[in-house]
Amino acid sequence: MSAGYQHYYVPHQSHWPIVGAIALFLMGFGAAHWVNDDFIGPILLTIGFGMLLLMLFGWFGNVIEESMSGLYSEQMDHSFRQGMSWFIFSEIMFFAAFFGALFYARMISVPWLDGAGDNAMTAAVLWPNFEAIWPLIKTPAGVETQAMPWEGIPLINTLILLASSVTLQFAHMGIEQQKPAQLGFFLMLTIILGFCFLALQGYEYVHAYEELGLRLDSGVYGNTFFLLTGFHGMHVTLGAIFLTVIFLRIAVKGHFTSEKHFGFQAAAWYWHFVDVVWLNLFVFVYVL
Amino acid sequence: MSQEHSQSIESANTHHADDAHDHKPQGFSRWFYTTNHKDIGTLYLLFALLMLFTGGSMAMVIRAELFQPGLQFVDPHFFNQMTTVHGLVMVFGAIMPTFVGLANWMVPMMIGAPDMALPRMNNWSFWLLPCAFTILLSTLFMEGGAPAAGWTFYAPLSTTYSNDSTAFFVFAVHLMGISSIMGAMNIIVTIFNLRAPGMTWMKLPLFVWTWIITAFLLIAVMPVLAGVVTMVLTDKYFGTSFFNAAGGGDPVMFQHIFWFFGHPEVYIMILPAFGIISSIVPAFARKPLFGYESMVIATASIAFLSFIVWAHHMFTTGMPVAAELFFMYTTMLIAVPTGVKVFNWVATMWRGAMTFETPMMFAIAFIVLFTIGGLSGLMLAITPADFQYQDTYFVVAHFHYVLVTGALFGIIAGVYFWIPKWTGVMYSERLGQCHFWCSLISVNMLFFPMHFVGLAGMPRRIPDYALQFADMNAFISIGGFLFGLSQLLFVWVVFRCIRRKGEKATAQVWEGAEGLEWQVPSPAPYHTFQTPPEIKSGH
Repeated sequence: MSAGYQHYYVPHQSHWPIVGAIALFLMGFGAAHWVNDDFIGPILLTIGFGMLLLMLFGWFGNVIEESMSGLYSEQMDHSFRQGMSWFIFSEIMFFAAFFGALFYARMISVPWLDGAGDNAMTAAVLWPNFEAIWPLIKTPAGVETQAMPWEGIPLINTLILLASSVTLQFAHMGIEQQKPAQLGFFLMLTIILGFCFLALQGYEYVHAYEELGLRLDSGVYGNTFFLLTGFHGMHVTLGAIFLTVIFLRIAVKGHFTSEKHFGFQAAAWYWHFVDVVWLNLFVFVYVL
Repeated sequence: MSQEHSQSIESANTHHADDAHDHKPQGFSRWFYTTNHKDIGTLYLLFALLMLFTGGSMAMVIRAELFQPGLQFVDPHFFNQMTTVHGLVMVFGAIMPTFVGLANWMVPMMIGAPDMALPRMNNWSFWLLPCAFTILLSTLFMEGGAPAAGWTFYAPLSTTYSNDSTAFFVFAVHLMGISSIMGAMNIIVTIFNLRAPGMTWMKLPLFVWTWIITAFLLIAVMPVLAGVVTMVLTDKYFGTSFFNAAGGGDPVMFQHIFWFFGHPEVYIMILPAFGIISSIVPAFARKPLFGYESMVIATASIAFLSFIVWAHHMFTTGMPVAAELFFMYTTMLIAVPTGVKVFNWVATMWRGAMTFETPMMFAIAFIVLFTIGGLSGLMLAITPADFQYQDTYFVVAHFHYVLVTGALFGIIAGVYFWIPKWTGVMYSERLGQCHFWCSLISVNMLFFPMHFVGLAGMPRRIPDYALQFADMNAFISIGGFLFGLSQLLFVWVVFRCIRRKGEKATAQVWEGAEGLEWQVPSPAPYHTFQTPPEIKSGH
C-alpha cells in the first residue's frame, strides 16, 4: 500500500474523456434512432464510433507514452491491475444477467407454461398443446426450430478456445523469460485461434439461420442462444483486437519488458475471462 | 456559472500560503478537460442539483394533477411520463451522482490521497451523465413522448405497449450504467490503493467504508441493469421473447432480473447517506462514533442481504409460497443490521455535548424519519400484508421516507457539513435553520398522509382517484409545493457560499470534527496531499 506513494502520477488535463463522452452519446443516440428506422441513426452511430476509435487511440497513446517515460510508479500499476479486475467482474455480472435469463426460462417459465407447480390452469387455458422440453424447439405460440447440437463446431470451438488459453500462457512465459521468439509465435497463434473461433462461430450462425431455422426470434431458446453466444462473440472480437494491438506493440514498437508488461497481462486476463465464459456457455447453452 | 465560480475561487486564494501548489487552469478547459477530483466533484454536485430540480418539477406536475380528483392539467399518458421520468431522473440523475460527487470531493481528502486513482476516467464518468440525460430528456419532446412505463419499466409495458422512446431510454440507461460503473471502479480502487501509509482499514472514516461497499454493489448490479434493458430492447425491436410467454419467456422474469439489480440499487442510494450521518453525529455530539466496528459489519451485512431479498418487490406477481416466505424472512433480517446502525447513532448522541447546527438538525431528522421509512418497509416485508399494501400510496410513502428524508436529507446534511471546506466560507446558519424547518414540516405534510391514503386503498401511478381521498391529496399537494419551494432556500444558501458570502471558515470548521479533511485549510487547496500525510493512531 505504501510503496511508491510519493510519486503517484496525476495527469494534468485531457480532452479525451469528453471526446469519449460525446462519442458514446452519438452512438447511443444514433442507435436509438436506428432501431426506430430513422435514417439519421446509422450516420450518428458511425460518426460516434469513429470518434470512439479516435479517443481510444489518443487516450491509450497518452497512457503508453506516460508509462514508457517512467511516470508511473508501482502504485499506479496497482491501480491499473485493480481497475482491470473490477472491470472484468462487471463483465461477469453482465453475462450473469443473461445466464440468469437462460436458467429462469429453462427451469421456471417453460415448465410453468406446461403446468408445473400449481400452474395447471395456465397450461389448460393458454396453450393446452404446449409441451415443455429443452431446448424449446416449439414455442407455445407454435414457432418451430431445431436445436443446435454440441458435437461438431461448438466442440471444435471449445477446443480452439481452450488451446488459445494455453498458447497465451506460453506467450506469457515467453515475455517473462525474455524469449521474444516464443512470445511472438505463441501470441500470434493465440490471435489466429481467436479469429478461427470467430469464423467458425459465424459459420455456425449461418448454419443456424439457414438450415436449422434457429433464429434470434424463434422463442426463448433462440433468444438466449443468440444473445449469450452473440455477446460472447463480441467479447472474443474485442479480446482478439486487444491481443492484436499488444502484438503490434511488441513486434513494431518493442514495448514491454520481462518485469513491466501490464498491458499484455490485462489482455491475457481478458482473454482467459472470455474463455471461462465460453466454457459455461458450452455446458449450459449447448450440452445440457 | 463556471467562469464566475472559478474567478471567485481564484480571488479567495490569492493570499493563500499554498499558492504554488494551487495553480489551476481556467475557463472552458478547466471544467471540460479536468482531472482534478475536486473539480469533478463540483461538476457532479451541480449536475445533480440541476437534476434534483428537473425531477422535482416533474413531481410538482404530479402533485398539481393530484390536487383534486378528476383530470385537471395533464392527460393520463403525460402523467405516466412524469412519474416515470421523475423516478429515473431522481434515482440516476440526482441521488446517485450526488453521492459520487461527494465521494470525489471527500474520499481522497479523507484517506490522504493525492487525487482519484484514475483521474481521466473520472472525468469520463462525469461527462457521460449529461450525455445520458440529454438522450433521456429529449424523449419528452418527441412524438409519442417520454417512456411512460414507470421507472421500473416492467414488461410488457416497456415492450409490447411502449412507444419509440424505449430505445432512447435503453441507450440512456446504458450510458448511465457505464458512468456509474466507471465511477464506482475509480472510487473503490482509490480506497484500496491510495490510502496514506498508516490509514489502515479500521481507521477509515465510515463515509469511506460505506462507499467501498456501495461501489462494490454498483459494479455488481449495474451490468445486470444493462442486461435487462438490452433484453427489453431486443424484445421490442428484434423479436425476442424473453418477457413474452408466447415465446416461452415470462414477464415475471423481467421483474426478477430488474429487482436483482433494483434492490441493491436501493442500498446504493442509502449506504453513503449512512456514512455521512456517521460522520456528522459524532462531530456535533463531540463523542467518537459508538460501535465503529459494528457499523462496518452492519453495512456489509446490509449489502450482502441486498442480493437475496429482491422478490419482496413482487409478492403479488405469482411465486411459489416457499419463495415468498424466503424473501419475507430475508427482508425482515435487514432490519437487524439497520437497527444496529440506528442504535449506534442514538448511542453516539447519548450524553454527548450536543449542539444543533444545520447539518446536525438534518442528521437527527434523518435518523428519525429514515427509521419511519424503515419500519414501513418492515410492514411491506410481511407477505400477506403486502398483498394489501401493494401498489398503493403506502408504498410511495415508504420509499419517499427512505429516499427523501433518508437519502436526500443525508445529502443535504453532508452539504451543510462540508460546504465550508469546499468554499472556505460558512453558510448562513439562519438560512440553514430556516431551510431545515421548512423542509422538515413540508416533507412530512407531503409524505406522511400518503400512508393513510395508501392504507385506505388509493392506488399509485394513476392521475385520478376516488372522492374520499380528495382532502388528503390537497393537503399532500400543498406539502409538496412547500417542500419544492423550500429547496430554493437551499440553492440560495449554496450559491451564497459559492459566491463567498459569509464568515471565513477555519480549517477545522466544526469544533468536534475529526479526520484528515479537517486538517487541510478551508477552502481545501486545489491539490491536497501530493505527499501522503501522517496518520496518527486512533480513528
